[in-house]
Amino acid sequence: MQTIHNIPMNMYLLLSTVLFSIGVFGVLLRRNAIIIFMCVELMLNAVNLLFVAFSAYLGDTQGQVFVFFIMAVAAAEVAVGLAILTMIHRNTGSVDIETLNKLKH
Amino acid sequence: MITLFIISLLGVIAMLAEILKFKKLLAPLTLLGLIAAMGAGVSEWNNPVFIPVFNNMLLFNHYALAFSISLCLVTFLWFLMAQDYLKTETAITDHYALILFSLAGGIVLTAFGNMVMLFLGIEILSIPLYILAGSRKTDLASNEASFKYFLLGAFAIGFLLFGIALIYGATGSFELNTINQYILQHPGEMPAFFYAGILLIIAGLAFKVSAAPFHFWTPDVYQGAPTMITAFMSTIVKIAAFAGFFRLFSTCFVSVADSWNQLIGILAIISMLLGNITAIRQDSFKRMLAYSSISHAGYLLLAILAINNHSAGAIFLYTLAYAVASITAFAVLKKVYALKNNDLIESFNGLAKRNPLLALSITIAMLSLAGIPPTGGFFAKYVIFNTALTGGHLWLVIIAVIASLIGVYYYFKAIIASWFKPATDENLIELSLQDKLLLIITTLLTLAIGLFPEFILNLLS
Repeated sequence: MQTIHNIPMNMYLLLSTVLFSIGVFGVLLRRNAIIIFMCVELMLNAVNLLFVAFSAYLGDTQGQVFVFFIMAVAAAEVAVGLAILTMIHRNTGSVDIETLNKLKH
Repeated sequence: MITLFIISLLGVIAMLAEILKFKKLLAPLTLLGLIAAMGAGVSEWNNPVFIPVFNNMLLFNHYALAFSISLCLVTFLWFLMAQDYLKTETAITDHYALILFSLAGGIVLTAFGNMVMLFLGIEILSIPLYILAGSRKTDLASNEASFKYFLLGAFAIGFLLFGIALIYGATGSFELNTINQYILQHPGEMPAFFYAGILLIIAGLAFKVSAAPFHFWTPDVYQGAPTMITAFMSTIVKIAAFAGFFRLFSTCFVSVADSWNQLIGILAIISMLLGNITAIRQDSFKRMLAYSSISHAGYLLLAILAINNHSAGAIFLYTLAYAVASITAFAVLKKVYALKNNDLIESFNGLAKRNPLLALSITIAMLSLAGIPPTGGFFAKYVIFNTALTGGHLWLVIIAVIASLIGVYYYFKAIIASWFKPATDENLIELSLQDKLLLIITTLLTLAIGLFPEFILNLLS
Protein backbone atom coordinates (compact mmCIF):
# COMPACT_ATOMS: atom_id res chain seq x y z
CA MET A 1 0.00 0.00 0.00
CA GLN A 2 2.75 2.42 1.01
CA THR A 3 4.68 1.87 -2.22
CA ILE A 4 1.57 2.67 -4.23
CA HIS A 5 1.23 5.99 -2.43
CA ASN A 6 4.88 6.85 -3.12
CA ILE A 7 3.93 7.44 -6.72
CA PRO A 8 1.66 10.48 -7.09
CA MET A 9 -1.91 9.88 -8.30
CA ASN A 10 -1.36 12.09 -11.33
CA MET A 11 1.20 9.61 -12.67
CA TYR A 12 -1.41 6.85 -12.73
CA LEU A 13 -3.87 9.22 -14.35
CA LEU A 14 -1.27 10.11 -16.97
CA LEU A 15 -0.34 6.48 -17.62
CA SER A 16 -3.93 5.37 -18.10
CA THR A 17 -4.70 8.34 -20.33
CA VAL A 18 -1.70 7.48 -22.51
CA LEU A 19 -2.69 3.80 -22.69
CA PHE A 20 -6.28 4.76 -23.44
CA SER A 21 -5.17 7.12 -26.23
CA ILE A 22 -2.97 4.42 -27.76
CA GLY A 23 -6.05 2.19 -27.81
CA VAL A 24 -8.21 4.89 -29.39
CA PHE A 25 -5.69 5.67 -32.11
CA GLY A 26 -5.19 1.97 -32.73
CA VAL A 27 -8.91 1.49 -33.31
CA LEU A 28 -9.03 4.48 -35.62
CA LEU A 29 -5.88 3.81 -37.65
CA ARG A 30 -5.28 0.06 -37.87
CA ARG A 31 -6.86 -2.03 -40.63
CA ASN A 32 -6.62 -5.53 -39.19
CA ALA A 33 -9.75 -6.46 -37.24
CA ILE A 34 -7.83 -8.56 -34.68
CA ILE A 35 -5.48 -5.67 -33.90
CA ILE A 36 -8.53 -3.43 -33.53
CA PHE A 37 -9.98 -5.86 -30.97
CA MET A 38 -6.73 -5.75 -29.06
CA CYS A 39 -6.85 -1.96 -29.07
CA VAL A 40 -10.38 -1.99 -27.66
CA GLU A 41 -9.12 -4.31 -24.92
CA LEU A 42 -6.25 -1.92 -24.29
CA MET A 43 -8.76 0.90 -23.79
CA LEU A 44 -10.75 -1.18 -21.29
CA ASN A 45 -7.61 -2.21 -19.41
CA ALA A 46 -6.45 1.40 -19.21
CA VAL A 47 -9.80 2.08 -17.52
CA ASN A 48 -9.27 -0.89 -15.18
CA LEU A 49 -5.88 0.46 -14.17
CA LEU A 50 -7.42 3.84 -13.42
CA PHE A 51 -10.20 2.29 -11.34
CA VAL A 52 -7.73 0.30 -9.26
CA ALA A 53 -5.46 3.31 -8.77
CA PHE A 54 -8.33 5.56 -7.66
CA SER A 55 -9.64 2.78 -5.47
CA ALA A 56 -6.29 2.48 -3.67
CA TYR A 57 -5.93 6.23 -3.21
CA LEU A 58 -9.48 6.74 -1.96
CA GLY A 59 -9.24 3.69 0.33
CA ASP A 60 -12.52 2.45 -1.13
CA THR A 61 -13.13 -1.04 -2.52
CA GLN A 62 -16.00 -0.19 -4.88
CA GLY A 63 -13.60 0.65 -7.69
CA GLN A 64 -11.97 -2.78 -7.51
CA VAL A 65 -15.34 -4.50 -7.65
CA PHE A 66 -16.20 -2.49 -10.74
CA VAL A 67 -13.03 -3.85 -12.38
CA PHE A 68 -14.38 -7.39 -12.01
CA PHE A 69 -17.58 -6.34 -13.73
CA ILE A 70 -15.62 -4.80 -16.59
CA MET A 71 -13.46 -7.92 -16.99
CA ALA A 72 -16.48 -10.24 -17.05
CA VAL A 73 -18.43 -8.12 -19.51
CA ALA A 74 -15.36 -7.57 -21.71
CA ALA A 75 -14.88 -11.34 -21.88
CA ALA A 76 -18.48 -11.79 -22.99
CA GLU A 77 -18.10 -9.02 -25.51
CA VAL A 78 -14.92 -10.43 -27.00
CA ALA A 79 -16.55 -13.86 -27.29
CA VAL A 80 -19.30 -12.30 -29.39
CA GLY A 81 -16.83 -10.15 -31.33
CA LEU A 82 -14.59 -13.06 -32.25
CA ALA A 83 -17.62 -15.07 -33.34
CA ILE A 84 -18.64 -12.23 -35.65
CA LEU A 85 -15.09 -12.07 -36.97
CA THR A 86 -15.00 -15.83 -37.63
CA MET A 87 -18.25 -15.47 -39.56
CA ILE A 88 -16.75 -12.68 -41.67
CA HIS A 89 -13.57 -14.63 -42.28
CA ARG A 90 -15.63 -17.61 -43.47
CA ASN A 91 -17.46 -15.41 -45.98
CA THR A 92 -14.66 -13.17 -47.25
CA GLY A 93 -11.50 -15.07 -46.37
CA SER A 94 -9.99 -11.97 -44.78
CA VAL A 95 -9.97 -10.01 -41.52
CA ASP A 96 -9.05 -6.73 -43.18
CA ILE A 97 -11.78 -4.18 -42.46
CA GLU A 98 -11.27 -2.69 -45.95
CA THR A 99 -13.20 -5.68 -47.30
CA LEU A 100 -16.23 -4.50 -45.35
CA ASN A 101 -17.52 -1.78 -47.65
CA LYS A 102 -20.68 -3.30 -49.10
CA LEU A 103 -22.91 -0.70 -47.44
CA LYS A 104 -22.46 2.63 -49.13
CA HIS A 105 -24.72 5.60 -49.57
CA MET B 1 -39.05 -4.49 -10.23
CA ILE B 2 -41.41 -7.37 -11.05
CA THR B 3 -41.35 -6.23 -14.68
CA LEU B 4 -37.61 -6.87 -14.84
CA PHE B 5 -38.01 -10.30 -13.20
CA ILE B 6 -40.76 -11.34 -15.62
CA ILE B 7 -38.78 -10.27 -18.68
CA SER B 8 -35.57 -12.00 -17.56
CA LEU B 9 -37.52 -15.16 -16.69
CA LEU B 10 -39.19 -15.12 -20.11
CA GLY B 11 -35.73 -14.96 -21.70
CA VAL B 12 -34.64 -18.05 -19.77
CA ILE B 13 -37.90 -19.85 -20.66
CA ALA B 14 -37.28 -19.02 -24.33
CA MET B 15 -33.90 -20.78 -24.12
CA LEU B 16 -35.46 -23.79 -22.38
CA ALA B 17 -38.08 -24.05 -25.15
CA GLU B 18 -35.43 -25.46 -27.47
CA ILE B 19 -34.46 -28.23 -25.04
CA LEU B 20 -37.93 -29.05 -23.67
CA LYS B 21 -39.51 -28.80 -27.15
CA PHE B 22 -42.36 -26.33 -26.67
CA LYS B 23 -41.30 -23.95 -29.45
CA LYS B 24 -44.89 -23.69 -30.71
CA LEU B 25 -46.03 -22.24 -27.39
CA LEU B 26 -43.28 -19.65 -27.28
CA ALA B 27 -45.02 -16.91 -29.28
CA PRO B 28 -48.25 -16.77 -27.23
CA LEU B 29 -46.25 -17.25 -24.02
CA THR B 30 -44.01 -14.27 -24.81
CA LEU B 31 -46.93 -12.02 -25.71
CA LEU B 32 -48.75 -12.99 -22.49
CA GLY B 33 -45.55 -12.47 -20.51
CA LEU B 34 -45.11 -8.99 -21.95
CA ILE B 35 -48.70 -8.12 -21.01
CA ALA B 36 -48.06 -9.48 -17.50
CA ALA B 37 -44.88 -7.37 -17.30
CA MET B 38 -46.83 -4.25 -18.26
CA GLY B 39 -49.51 -5.15 -15.72
CA ALA B 40 -46.86 -5.57 -13.01
CA GLY B 41 -45.52 -2.13 -13.87
CA VAL B 42 -48.98 -0.58 -13.64
CA SER B 43 -49.69 -2.29 -10.31
CA GLU B 44 -46.50 -0.86 -8.81
CA TRP B 45 -47.44 2.64 -9.96
CA ASN B 46 -49.53 3.50 -6.89
CA ASN B 47 -46.97 2.34 -4.32
CA PRO B 48 -46.73 5.02 -1.62
CA VAL B 49 -42.92 4.84 -1.44
CA PHE B 50 -40.34 3.56 -3.90
CA ILE B 51 -37.65 1.61 -2.11
CA PRO B 52 -34.26 1.20 -3.82
CA VAL B 53 -33.39 -2.46 -4.33
CA PHE B 54 -30.06 -4.37 -4.28
CA ASN B 55 -28.22 -1.79 -2.17
CA ASN B 56 -29.35 1.26 -4.18
CA MET B 57 -28.43 -0.41 -7.47
CA LEU B 58 -31.91 0.00 -8.93
CA LEU B 59 -34.75 2.34 -8.08
CA PHE B 60 -38.11 1.78 -9.75
CA ASN B 61 -39.78 5.16 -9.33
CA HIS B 62 -42.49 6.62 -11.57
CA TYR B 63 -39.91 7.57 -14.19
CA ALA B 64 -38.52 4.03 -14.41
CA LEU B 65 -41.96 2.39 -14.33
CA ALA B 66 -43.32 4.61 -17.10
CA PHE B 67 -40.34 3.90 -19.36
CA SER B 68 -40.37 0.16 -18.55
CA ILE B 69 -44.06 -0.08 -19.46
CA SER B 70 -43.44 1.84 -22.67
CA LEU B 71 -40.50 -0.46 -23.53
CA CYS B 72 -42.66 -3.55 -22.94
CA LEU B 73 -45.49 -2.06 -25.03
CA VAL B 74 -43.20 -1.33 -27.96
CA THR B 75 -41.64 -4.80 -27.70
CA PHE B 76 -45.15 -6.28 -27.68
CA LEU B 77 -45.93 -4.44 -30.93
CA TRP B 78 -42.55 -5.51 -32.29
CA PHE B 79 -43.31 -9.19 -31.59
CA LEU B 80 -46.66 -8.82 -33.37
CA MET B 81 -44.86 -7.32 -36.35
CA ALA B 82 -41.95 -9.77 -36.42
CA GLN B 83 -43.94 -13.04 -36.28
CA ASP B 84 -43.30 -13.77 -40.00
CA TYR B 85 -39.61 -13.02 -39.61
CA LEU B 86 -39.34 -15.19 -36.50
CA LYS B 87 -41.09 -18.05 -38.30
CA THR B 88 -38.53 -18.09 -41.11
CA GLU B 89 -35.49 -17.90 -38.88
CA THR B 90 -34.02 -21.28 -38.10
CA ALA B 91 -32.97 -20.47 -34.55
CA ILE B 92 -36.30 -19.17 -33.28
CA THR B 93 -35.68 -19.70 -29.59
CA ASP B 94 -32.36 -17.87 -29.75
CA HIS B 95 -34.06 -14.90 -31.36
CA TYR B 96 -36.71 -14.77 -28.66
CA ALA B 97 -34.17 -15.12 -25.88
CA LEU B 98 -31.81 -12.48 -27.28
CA ILE B 99 -34.60 -9.97 -27.83
CA LEU B 100 -35.96 -10.50 -24.33
CA PHE B 101 -32.53 -10.20 -22.70
CA SER B 102 -31.93 -7.04 -24.65
CA LEU B 103 -35.24 -5.69 -23.36
CA ALA B 104 -34.17 -6.60 -19.80
CA GLY B 105 -31.04 -4.49 -20.34
CA GLY B 106 -33.24 -1.63 -21.50
CA ILE B 107 -35.32 -1.86 -18.33
CA VAL B 108 -32.17 -1.78 -16.20
CA LEU B 109 -31.18 1.40 -18.08
CA THR B 110 -34.43 3.11 -17.10
CA ALA B 111 -34.05 2.30 -13.41
CA PHE B 112 -30.36 2.40 -12.50
CA GLY B 113 -29.23 4.18 -9.34
CA ASN B 114 -25.56 3.33 -9.65
CA MET B 115 -22.96 3.69 -12.41
CA VAL B 116 -22.36 -0.09 -12.31
CA MET B 117 -25.93 -0.67 -13.44
CA LEU B 118 -25.61 2.00 -16.11
CA PHE B 119 -22.66 0.10 -17.57
CA LEU B 120 -24.31 -3.32 -17.21
CA GLY B 121 -27.60 -2.05 -18.61
CA ILE B 122 -25.96 -0.70 -21.75
CA GLU B 123 -24.00 -3.93 -22.25
CA ILE B 124 -27.02 -6.19 -21.68
CA LEU B 125 -28.96 -4.04 -24.12
CA SER B 126 -26.22 -4.09 -26.78
CA ILE B 127 -24.52 -7.50 -26.76
CA PRO B 128 -27.63 -9.46 -27.90
CA LEU B 129 -28.09 -6.91 -30.68
CA TYR B 130 -24.53 -7.39 -31.98
CA ILE B 131 -25.50 -11.03 -32.53
CA LEU B 132 -28.95 -10.28 -33.95
CA ALA B 133 -27.60 -7.70 -36.42
CA GLY B 134 -25.42 -10.46 -37.88
CA SER B 135 -28.07 -13.18 -37.77
CA ARG B 136 -28.01 -13.63 -41.55
CA LYS B 137 -24.77 -15.52 -41.40
CA THR B 138 -24.05 -15.79 -45.13
CA ASP B 139 -25.18 -12.27 -46.04
CA LEU B 140 -22.18 -9.94 -46.23
CA ALA B 141 -24.25 -6.83 -45.57
CA SER B 142 -25.53 -8.35 -42.34
CA ASN B 143 -21.98 -9.37 -41.37
CA GLU B 144 -20.72 -5.87 -41.98
CA ALA B 145 -23.56 -4.30 -40.01
CA SER B 146 -22.94 -6.62 -37.09
CA PHE B 147 -19.19 -5.95 -37.09
CA LYS B 148 -19.57 -2.19 -37.29
CA TYR B 149 -22.19 -2.15 -34.56
CA PHE B 150 -20.02 -4.32 -32.33
CA LEU B 151 -16.84 -2.37 -32.89
CA LEU B 152 -18.33 1.08 -32.36
CA GLY B 153 -20.41 -0.18 -29.44
CA ALA B 154 -17.28 -1.47 -27.71
CA PHE B 155 -15.41 1.73 -28.59
CA ALA B 156 -18.20 3.84 -27.08
CA ILE B 157 -18.25 1.74 -23.93
CA GLY B 158 -14.53 2.46 -23.53
CA PHE B 159 -15.23 6.21 -23.47
CA LEU B 160 -18.15 5.78 -21.09
CA LEU B 161 -16.04 3.72 -18.68
CA PHE B 162 -13.13 6.16 -18.75
CA GLY B 163 -15.62 8.89 -17.90
CA ILE B 164 -17.08 6.87 -15.04
CA ALA B 165 -13.55 6.20 -13.72
CA LEU B 166 -12.70 9.91 -13.69
CA ILE B 167 -15.93 10.78 -11.90
CA TYR B 168 -15.28 8.03 -9.37
CA GLY B 169 -11.82 9.47 -8.79
CA ALA B 170 -13.24 12.94 -8.19
CA THR B 171 -16.22 12.03 -6.00
CA GLY B 172 -15.31 8.62 -4.54
CA SER B 173 -18.60 6.96 -5.37
CA PHE B 174 -20.65 5.27 -8.08
CA GLU B 175 -24.04 6.07 -6.57
CA LEU B 176 -25.88 8.81 -8.42
CA ASN B 177 -27.27 10.39 -5.25
CA THR B 178 -23.95 10.30 -3.41
CA ILE B 179 -22.19 11.88 -6.41
CA ASN B 180 -24.83 14.59 -6.54
CA GLN B 181 -24.46 15.25 -2.79
CA TYR B 182 -20.68 15.46 -3.14
CA ILE B 183 -20.94 17.95 -5.99
CA LEU B 184 -23.36 20.11 -4.00
CA GLN B 185 -21.12 20.07 -0.93
CA HIS B 186 -17.99 21.07 -2.87
CA PRO B 187 -19.15 23.78 -5.26
CA GLY B 188 -16.34 25.07 -7.46
CA GLU B 189 -13.81 22.67 -5.98
CA MET B 190 -14.12 19.80 -8.43
CA PRO B 191 -10.83 18.86 -10.16
CA ALA B 192 -10.51 19.40 -13.92
CA PHE B 193 -10.63 15.68 -14.65
CA PHE B 194 -14.16 15.54 -13.20
CA TYR B 195 -15.37 17.72 -16.06
CA ALA B 196 -13.35 15.65 -18.53
CA GLY B 197 -15.23 12.65 -17.15
CA ILE B 198 -18.60 14.27 -17.89
CA LEU B 199 -17.51 15.02 -21.46
CA LEU B 200 -16.34 11.42 -21.99
CA ILE B 201 -19.65 10.09 -20.65
CA ILE B 202 -21.51 12.37 -23.05
CA ALA B 203 -19.37 11.07 -25.94
CA GLY B 204 -20.04 7.44 -24.95
CA LEU B 205 -23.79 7.96 -24.62
CA ALA B 206 -23.98 10.03 -27.82
CA PHE B 207 -22.64 6.98 -29.67
CA LYS B 208 -25.44 4.87 -28.18
CA VAL B 209 -28.24 7.32 -29.02
CA SER B 210 -26.58 7.96 -32.43
CA ALA B 211 -26.31 11.72 -32.09
CA ALA B 212 -24.05 13.44 -34.63
CA PRO B 213 -21.02 13.59 -34.89
CA PHE B 214 -21.01 10.10 -33.33
CA HIS B 215 -23.64 8.81 -35.73
CA PHE B 216 -21.57 7.45 -38.65
CA TRP B 217 -22.29 3.79 -37.83
CA THR B 218 -26.08 4.26 -37.81
CA PRO B 219 -26.96 4.30 -41.55
CA ASP B 220 -24.74 1.30 -42.35
CA VAL B 221 -25.95 -0.77 -39.42
CA TYR B 222 -29.62 0.09 -40.01
CA GLN B 223 -29.32 -0.80 -43.68
CA GLY B 224 -27.31 -4.00 -43.28
CA ALA B 225 -29.15 -5.60 -40.36
CA PRO B 226 -32.32 -7.64 -41.03
CA THR B 227 -35.27 -5.21 -41.26
CA MET B 228 -36.99 -6.46 -38.12
CA ILE B 229 -33.80 -6.11 -36.09
CA THR B 230 -33.38 -2.59 -37.44
CA ALA B 231 -36.90 -1.85 -36.20
CA PHE B 232 -35.91 -3.10 -32.75
CA MET B 233 -32.71 -1.04 -32.74
CA SER B 234 -34.37 2.17 -33.81
CA THR B 235 -37.16 1.92 -31.23
CA ILE B 236 -36.24 0.01 -28.07
CA VAL B 237 -32.57 0.96 -28.03
CA LYS B 238 -33.43 4.61 -28.66
CA ILE B 239 -36.00 4.75 -25.84
CA ALA B 240 -33.77 2.92 -23.38
CA ALA B 241 -30.63 4.89 -24.20
CA PHE B 242 -32.42 8.22 -23.85
CA ALA B 243 -34.12 7.11 -20.64
CA GLY B 244 -30.68 6.26 -19.23
CA PHE B 245 -29.05 9.43 -20.59
CA PHE B 246 -31.70 11.64 -18.99
CA ARG B 247 -31.75 9.73 -15.71
CA LEU B 248 -27.98 10.10 -15.35
CA PHE B 249 -27.84 13.79 -16.18
CA SER B 250 -30.97 14.85 -14.31
CA THR B 251 -30.08 13.15 -11.03
CA CYS B 252 -26.31 13.36 -11.09
CA PHE B 253 -24.88 16.27 -13.07
CA VAL B 254 -27.72 18.77 -12.99
CA SER B 255 -25.89 21.01 -10.51
CA VAL B 256 -22.94 21.47 -12.88
CA ALA B 257 -25.16 21.97 -15.94
CA ASP B 258 -23.14 24.98 -17.11
CA SER B 259 -20.14 22.79 -17.87
CA TRP B 260 -21.93 20.46 -20.32
CA ASN B 261 -24.86 22.54 -21.58
CA GLN B 262 -23.05 23.97 -24.57
CA LEU B 263 -21.68 20.63 -25.70
CA ILE B 264 -25.15 19.03 -25.68
CA GLY B 265 -26.44 22.09 -27.55
CA ILE B 266 -23.82 21.66 -30.27
CA LEU B 267 -24.55 17.93 -30.56
CA ALA B 268 -28.26 18.72 -30.88
CA ILE B 269 -27.71 21.30 -33.63
CA ILE B 270 -25.40 19.05 -35.66
CA SER B 271 -27.73 16.04 -35.28
CA MET B 272 -30.86 17.94 -36.29
CA LEU B 273 -29.34 19.62 -39.33
CA LEU B 274 -27.12 16.81 -40.55
CA GLY B 275 -29.76 14.12 -39.99
CA ASN B 276 -32.47 15.98 -41.86
CA ILE B 277 -30.33 17.29 -44.72
CA THR B 278 -28.64 13.95 -45.43
CA ALA B 279 -31.97 12.12 -45.26
CA ILE B 280 -33.22 14.11 -48.25
CA ARG B 281 -30.64 12.53 -50.55
CA GLN B 282 -31.48 8.92 -49.64
CA ASP B 283 -33.24 6.58 -52.06
CA SER B 284 -33.38 3.70 -49.60
CA PHE B 285 -36.24 3.91 -47.13
CA LYS B 286 -34.25 2.15 -44.43
CA ARG B 287 -31.31 4.57 -44.77
CA MET B 288 -33.75 7.47 -44.73
CA LEU B 289 -35.21 6.20 -41.44
CA ALA B 290 -31.65 5.89 -40.10
CA TYR B 291 -30.89 9.55 -40.82
CA SER B 292 -34.31 10.53 -39.50
CA SER B 293 -33.50 8.69 -36.27
CA ILE B 294 -30.32 10.78 -35.99
CA SER B 295 -32.37 13.96 -36.32
CA HIS B 296 -34.85 12.72 -33.69
CA ALA B 297 -31.89 12.17 -31.36
CA GLY B 298 -31.12 15.86 -31.90
CA TYR B 299 -34.62 16.97 -30.87
CA LEU B 300 -34.50 14.71 -27.81
CA LEU B 301 -31.17 16.23 -26.75
CA LEU B 302 -32.99 19.57 -26.48
CA ALA B 303 -35.03 18.18 -23.60
CA ILE B 304 -31.88 16.95 -21.85
CA LEU B 305 -30.29 20.36 -22.40
CA ALA B 306 -33.18 22.22 -20.76
CA ILE B 307 -33.53 20.03 -17.68
CA ASN B 308 -36.65 21.14 -15.82
CA ASN B 309 -39.87 19.68 -14.44
CA HIS B 310 -41.32 19.01 -17.87
CA SER B 311 -38.26 17.35 -19.45
CA ALA B 312 -38.98 13.81 -18.27
CA GLY B 313 -42.56 13.95 -19.54
CA ALA B 314 -41.41 15.49 -22.82
CA ILE B 315 -38.82 12.75 -23.43
CA PHE B 316 -41.34 10.06 -22.51
CA LEU B 317 -44.00 11.42 -24.86
CA TYR B 318 -41.52 11.96 -27.69
CA THR B 319 -39.87 8.53 -27.51
CA LEU B 320 -43.25 6.82 -27.32
CA ALA B 321 -44.69 8.73 -30.30
CA TYR B 322 -41.48 8.17 -32.28
CA ALA B 323 -41.32 4.45 -31.48
CA VAL B 324 -44.97 3.74 -32.34
CA ALA B 325 -44.71 5.63 -35.65
CA SER B 326 -41.43 3.83 -36.46
CA ILE B 327 -42.99 0.43 -35.79
CA THR B 328 -45.78 1.31 -38.25
CA ALA B 329 -43.25 2.44 -40.86
CA PHE B 330 -41.21 -0.75 -40.47
CA ALA B 331 -44.34 -2.93 -40.62
CA VAL B 332 -45.25 -1.35 -43.98
CA LEU B 333 -41.64 -1.58 -45.18
CA LYS B 334 -41.62 -5.28 -44.26
CA LYS B 335 -44.63 -5.86 -46.53
CA VAL B 336 -43.18 -3.81 -49.40
CA TYR B 337 -39.78 -5.46 -49.02
CA ALA B 338 -41.35 -8.92 -49.21
CA LEU B 339 -42.88 -8.03 -52.61
CA LYS B 340 -40.10 -6.09 -54.31
CA ASN B 341 -37.06 -7.39 -52.48
CA ASN B 342 -35.64 -3.89 -52.15
CA ASP B 343 -36.23 -1.00 -49.76
CA LEU B 344 -36.21 1.90 -52.23
CA ILE B 345 -38.79 4.64 -51.72
CA GLU B 346 -39.91 3.98 -55.32
CA SER B 347 -41.19 0.60 -54.18
CA PHE B 348 -43.97 2.43 -52.34
CA ASN B 349 -45.36 3.72 -55.67
CA GLY B 350 -49.08 3.16 -56.02
CA LEU B 351 -49.47 1.57 -52.60
CA ALA B 352 -52.85 3.24 -52.10
CA LYS B 353 -54.36 1.36 -55.03
CA ARG B 354 -52.89 -1.94 -54.00
CA ASN B 355 -53.80 -1.78 -50.34
CA PRO B 356 -55.36 1.35 -48.80
CA LEU B 357 -54.67 0.26 -45.21
CA LEU B 358 -50.91 0.09 -45.85
CA ALA B 359 -50.96 3.51 -47.52
CA LEU B 360 -53.05 5.06 -44.75
CA SER B 361 -50.81 3.69 -41.98
CA ILE B 362 -47.59 4.84 -43.66
CA THR B 363 -49.16 8.27 -44.16
CA ILE B 364 -50.11 8.63 -40.49
CA ALA B 365 -46.70 7.32 -39.42
CA MET B 366 -44.83 9.75 -41.70
CA LEU B 367 -47.02 12.66 -40.57
CA SER B 368 -46.24 11.76 -36.97
CA LEU B 369 -42.50 11.54 -37.62
CA ALA B 370 -42.60 14.85 -39.50
CA GLY B 371 -44.53 16.44 -36.62
CA ILE B 372 -47.79 17.44 -38.28
CA PRO B 373 -51.06 17.64 -36.32
CA PRO B 374 -53.20 15.83 -35.23
CA THR B 375 -50.66 13.01 -34.81
CA GLY B 376 -48.63 12.19 -31.70
CA GLY B 377 -45.41 13.45 -33.27
CA PHE B 378 -46.72 17.01 -33.47
CA PHE B 379 -47.50 17.32 -29.77
CA ALA B 380 -44.31 15.53 -28.84
CA LYS B 381 -42.27 18.05 -30.85
CA TYR B 382 -44.33 20.91 -29.47
CA VAL B 383 -43.71 19.83 -25.89
CA ILE B 384 -39.98 19.35 -26.51
CA PHE B 385 -39.64 22.80 -28.13
CA ASN B 386 -41.70 24.33 -25.33
CA THR B 387 -39.44 22.73 -22.73
CA ALA B 388 -36.37 24.13 -24.49
CA LEU B 389 -37.98 27.59 -24.69
CA THR B 390 -38.71 27.54 -20.94
CA GLY B 391 -35.02 26.80 -20.45
CA GLY B 392 -34.20 29.93 -22.50
CA HIS B 393 -32.74 28.26 -25.59
CA LEU B 394 -34.51 30.38 -28.19
CA TRP B 395 -31.88 29.97 -30.92
CA LEU B 396 -31.81 26.22 -30.60
CA VAL B 397 -35.59 26.09 -30.96
CA ILE B 398 -35.44 28.25 -34.10
CA ILE B 399 -32.84 25.88 -35.61
CA ALA B 400 -34.96 22.90 -34.54
CA VAL B 401 -38.04 24.33 -36.26
CA ILE B 402 -36.08 24.94 -39.47
CA ALA B 403 -34.66 21.40 -39.29
CA SER B 404 -38.10 19.87 -38.85
CA LEU B 405 -39.39 21.86 -41.84
CA ILE B 406 -36.60 20.31 -43.92
CA GLY B 407 -37.70 16.96 -42.50
CA VAL B 408 -41.24 17.39 -43.81
CA TYR B 409 -39.86 17.20 -47.37
CA TYR B 410 -38.44 13.70 -47.19
CA TYR B 411 -41.23 12.24 -45.08
CA PHE B 412 -43.66 13.42 -47.75
CA LYS B 413 -41.66 11.60 -50.43
CA ALA B 414 -43.00 8.29 -49.08
CA ILE B 415 -46.55 9.67 -48.77
CA ILE B 416 -46.53 11.08 -52.32
CA ALA B 417 -45.09 7.83 -53.69
CA SER B 418 -47.84 5.76 -52.14
CA TRP B 419 -50.80 7.98 -53.11
CA PHE B 420 -49.93 9.78 -56.33
CA LYS B 421 -47.29 7.78 -58.23
CA PRO B 422 -48.47 5.06 -60.64
CA ALA B 423 -47.84 1.49 -59.54
CA THR B 424 -45.71 -0.85 -61.62
CA ASP B 425 -48.07 -3.73 -60.96
CA GLU B 426 -51.66 -3.35 -59.91
CA ASN B 427 -52.21 -6.57 -58.00
CA LEU B 428 -53.76 -6.18 -54.59
CA ILE B 429 -51.58 -6.91 -51.58
CA GLU B 430 -52.97 -9.45 -49.14
CA LEU B 431 -52.45 -8.74 -45.45
CA SER B 432 -52.60 -11.36 -42.74
CA LEU B 433 -54.97 -10.76 -39.83
CA GLN B 434 -52.00 -10.15 -37.56
CA ASP B 435 -50.58 -7.45 -39.82
CA LYS B 436 -53.95 -5.74 -40.15
CA LEU B 437 -54.39 -5.77 -36.38
CA LEU B 438 -50.89 -4.38 -35.82
CA LEU B 439 -51.30 -1.57 -38.36
CA ILE B 440 -54.67 -0.59 -36.91
CA ILE B 441 -53.37 -0.64 -33.32
CA THR B 442 -50.25 1.42 -34.08
CA THR B 443 -52.14 3.94 -36.24
CA LEU B 444 -54.80 4.42 -33.57
CA LEU B 445 -52.09 4.72 -30.91
CA THR B 446 -50.35 7.43 -32.94
CA LEU B 447 -53.62 9.35 -33.21
CA ALA B 448 -54.47 8.71 -29.55
CA ILE B 449 -51.12 10.13 -28.41
CA GLY B 450 -51.94 13.18 -30.54
CA LEU B 451 -55.41 13.59 -29.06
CA PHE B 452 -54.57 12.99 -25.39
CA PRO B 453 -50.97 14.12 -24.90
CA GLU B 454 -51.87 15.70 -21.55
CA PHE B 455 -52.61 12.30 -20.04
CA ILE B 456 -49.13 10.98 -20.89
CA LEU B 457 -47.38 14.20 -19.88
CA ASN B 458 -49.11 14.28 -16.50
CA LEU B 459 -47.77 10.84 -15.68
CA LEU B 460 -44.29 12.23 -15.18
CA SER B 461 -44.66 15.77 -13.93
